[in-house]
Amino acid sequence: MVPTGYYLILSAIIFTIGAVGVLSRRNALIIIMCVEMMLNSVNLTLIAFARQWDNLNGQVFVFMVMAVAAAEVAVGLAILIAHFNLSKSTNIDDVNVMKW
Amino acid sequence: MSFEMIFFILVGALSVGTAVGVVTSRIAVHSALFLLVHFATLAILYVTLNAQFLAAAQIIVYAGGIVILILFVIMLIGSAPLETRAGYRSWVPYAGLALGVVMLAGMALTVLQMPPATINPAANEGGVPIVLGVEIYSQNILLVELAAVLLLVALLGALLLARRPKTEETSIS
Repeated sequence: MVPTGYYLILSAIIFTIGAVGVLSRRNALIIIMCVEMMLNSVNLTLIAFARQWDNLNGQVFVFMVMAVAAAEVAVGLAILIAHFNLSKSTNIDDVNVMKW
Repeated sequence: MSFEMIFFILVGALSVGTAVGVVTSRIAVHSALFLLVHFATLAILYVTLNAQFLAAAQIIVYAGGIVILILFVIMLIGSAPLETRAGYRSWVPYAGLALGVVMLAGMALTVLQMPPATINPAANEGGVPIVLGVEIYSQNILLVELAAVLLLVALLGALLLARRPKTEETSIS
């Protein structure tokens, strides 16, 4: 039986890799992928705690996080395509349409 | 070292390696394929945590839905590497890496200070679909309704946002 702390450390490492990707990459597609990775690492934490406390609420929460992640990636990619039609670029530094 | 621990370390190393691959790949398609393997390894970890239903949902929703959606978008808008502007804010990756190390240190410190808890070996045998389904559809039915509304709104919003704007030549002359 692997202790819960090992899962938490692994989840922290994956979350950090995703955060570093969001901070350092400039391609909006890869930023969306990194956000998905961060959501998944939090899911791993919730499931590990659900096992530790023998409580199913954590797994129910993960189910809802999956629904929100699916909605988020659909809307995010739609915004990306709409902006690509406008500026022919996926660079996040070119996204300044709402700046005045 | 038990078999379970060796299995966890192998799968965890593969998971971290593919996560690094997502961030460091120059080509977006490679990142998406690394992401696919990463989601599969997380599904394996869910099985080791007695969450069989969520492992199946992970494969179906993430590997089957989200990665395919990302690949479709890459095919639509092309995947040429764009981070080629020489000297353009070259310090940004290092700043991101430094912030990430600080955050990881904070989280690791918190986890290591956690008191060790004993786990009941039969804990959460309820990850199987029937128990989780009863839990979701009896006590958390409001969440299911809210998720349905959220997905409908996201579907309509994505349709509206990604619609191609009407051009001049299609107007009635």
